[in-house]
Amino acid sequence: MSEMIQVTVKLFAQYRDNRFKVKEIGYKDGTTAQDIIEDLGIHNDKLPLGVLMINSKHQEETTLMRDGDTISLFPKVGGG
Amino acid sequence: MGDKIYRVDMNTLSYSIEDVPSDWLGLGGRGLTSTIIAKEVDPECHPLGPNNKMVFAPGLLSGTSAANSGRNSLGAKSPLTGGIKESNVGGTSAGIFSKLGVKALIIEGIPQDESKFYQLHVTKEKVEFIEVPELVGKDNYEVLDTMLEKYDKKVAVMSIGRPGENCMLTANVSVKDPQGKLRSHGRGGLGAVMGSKKIKCITVDAEKYKEVTIADPEKFKAASKIFTQALQKNPISGEGLPAYGTNVLVNIINEAGGLPTRNFRAGKYEFAENICGETMAEIINSRDGKTTHACHAGCVIQCSQVYNDKENNYLTSGFEYEMIWAFGANLGIKDLDQIAKIDALMDDLGLDAIETGVALGLAVDAGILEYGDGEKAYSLIADDLANATPLGRIIGSGTEILGKIYGLVRVPTVKGQAIPAYEPRAIKGQGVTYVTSPMGADHTAGYAVATNILNSGGFVDPLKKDGQVELSRNLQIATAAVDSTGMCIFVAFPALDEPECLPALIDMINARFGINLTGDDVTNLGKSILKLEKEFNDKAGLTKADDRIPEFMKYEKLPPHNTIWDFTNEEIDAFWDF
Ligand code: SF4
Repeated sequence: MSEMIQVTVKLFAQYRDNRFKVKEIGYKDGTTAQDIIEDLGIHNDKLPLGVLMINSKHQEETTLMRDGDTISLFPKVGGG
Repeated sequence: MGDKIYRVDMNTLSYSIEDVPSDWLGLGGRGLTSTIIAKEVDPECHPLGPNNKMVFAPGLLSGTSAANSGRNSLGAKSPLTGGIKESNVGGTSAGIFSKLGVKALIIEGIPQDESKFYQLHVTKEKVEFIEVPELVGKDNYEVLDTMLEKYDKKVAVMSIGRPGENCMLTANVSVKDPQGKLRSHGRGGLGAVMGSKKIKCITVDAEKYKEVTIADPEKFKAASKIFTQALQKNPISGEGLPAYGTNVLVNIINEAGGLPTRNFRAGKYEFAENICGETMAEIINSRDGKTTHACHAGCVIQCSQVYNDKENNYLTSGFEYEMIWAFGANLGIKDLDQIAKIDALMDDLGLDAIETGVALGLAVDAGILEYGDGEKAYSLIADDLANATPLGRIIGSGTEILGKIYGLVRVPTVKGQAIPAYEPRAIKGQGVTYVTSPMGADHTAGYAVATNILNSGGFVDPLKKDGQVELSRNLQIATAAVDSTGMCIFVAFPALDEPECLPALIDMINARFGINLTGDDVTNLGKSILKLEKEFNDKAGLTKADDRIPEFMKYEKLPPHNTIWDFTNEEIDAFWDF
């Protein structure tokens, strides 16, 4: 049986609608950022993924999640 | 085109209406204000003396039906930076100037009798000089209301409050928006220049204008349609900005560790959630406010909003990220209502939110107030700054001077102007813009945040030096050109990501004037504007040593990424190799 990891998932802007702001979620070891995005249905969201950060750094969707990581997901946002 | 240059001499209280010199014909907005300042103003002049000039110029597309084209530029030598300044704003002035055929309004000189303040009323035929003793010592909303009683409701109004009268370096020039609220030519202390010329307000007749002429209306219409669609389909200008305003940035900049907190001591603010755009939208909706609102007619993005208080009464609008950051993360206030109250106060007084907020953040280091003390911040502005007490004058002189007076080292300025809401150590491309822009630390001059953080126009790692100078250069060149069109800066997002956007913008300019600009021409225009501005600054006495980040950022690590500013001088100076 594979180990579990705990990941803090933070959602922003419209991604919060009908979901949540922040949540600790347990995932199987070997989970990638992409798996989490799909798990939350964000890959099917009206607004495509804009920015993905893991532990405050921009990362690729293929990144393997580790125990204790924080993943932050944003649709495209901007301002100035 | 029958456009004219309107020239006002405050020394003799006279005016002239002149033909547009041929080499100014193709210019508008920042391109025109900077060209006129560079040509006519002695770079060594005292910014508050008789030889500085103020130049207002609407953008090339202002007054047309083009979406988001209603920005007006104001140029002068800045009393804050000592260099050239252009600051542009929405509101109704650009459209009305254009329709009246005012290509630029140039104001020179200072009245011989310095005890009086004037209103300038600009109509198609003339400029009137009206003494306004009853408005001296009043602030923007009272001036605005008085003018709205006197003229048609559509009249354009530009005014200063008490800080401008007192020639404070934090004073801005406020402009009426379509709803009768205020926007501002915020940065660089331009309100002080207007105060030095003894002009309390400028009104522009909105009754007798005609629509602007378009050389090729069919072509214009077609290009305008493509342009509007690009703005609407882009996720940032089409969805994000209308829903949350610019304040949607609090969370993403905070997550990236680049939100300057407590006078640039950290890149994350623990109360970000209290002041973020998502929370703000919830508050606005629960109080019957509006999340979308346009700062000028024809804006299809509508990033502005109407923010009501707990009793659902109007509190403020144009409640922007920079303001919320300056008093929130930077000054430690975590109550959005308190920040909104200060925003409304500063609109009325006519104060630059960034310069004032950063000065107050530094005032904590000086022992003047404590982090998070919104009441005290309010009273320092409402009582001291507004009444020009000695302490009020120190704060109203801006961040750099306050730092000197209190013997402080951690002073976040470039060329004397306060650094805005993005940490240079964690968003390095933006830092390059701060140090190299002829405007001083200005976030709009080359918005590298787009590519460093927001994945707009690709991605350049914000924590590394690689590619940042080139990124900032390209953005600053493009921005200088876009600032000449009258387009709002947020057109940059679709321009970066929707390939049809910029060509449509150029087609609109071509159709408006019956000319044939290419993309290269536009890039060259941007380059020549930047070089012209730099040359003015060089002659004004600014040197390479002014293109530098505050020293503490080179040795103080910024949490959470623990990065420092690590560019060499040579790397920064290479910015100008074009
Ligand atoms: S997007 Fe915002 S700043 Fe730009 S024109 Fe519209 S309301 Fe004004």
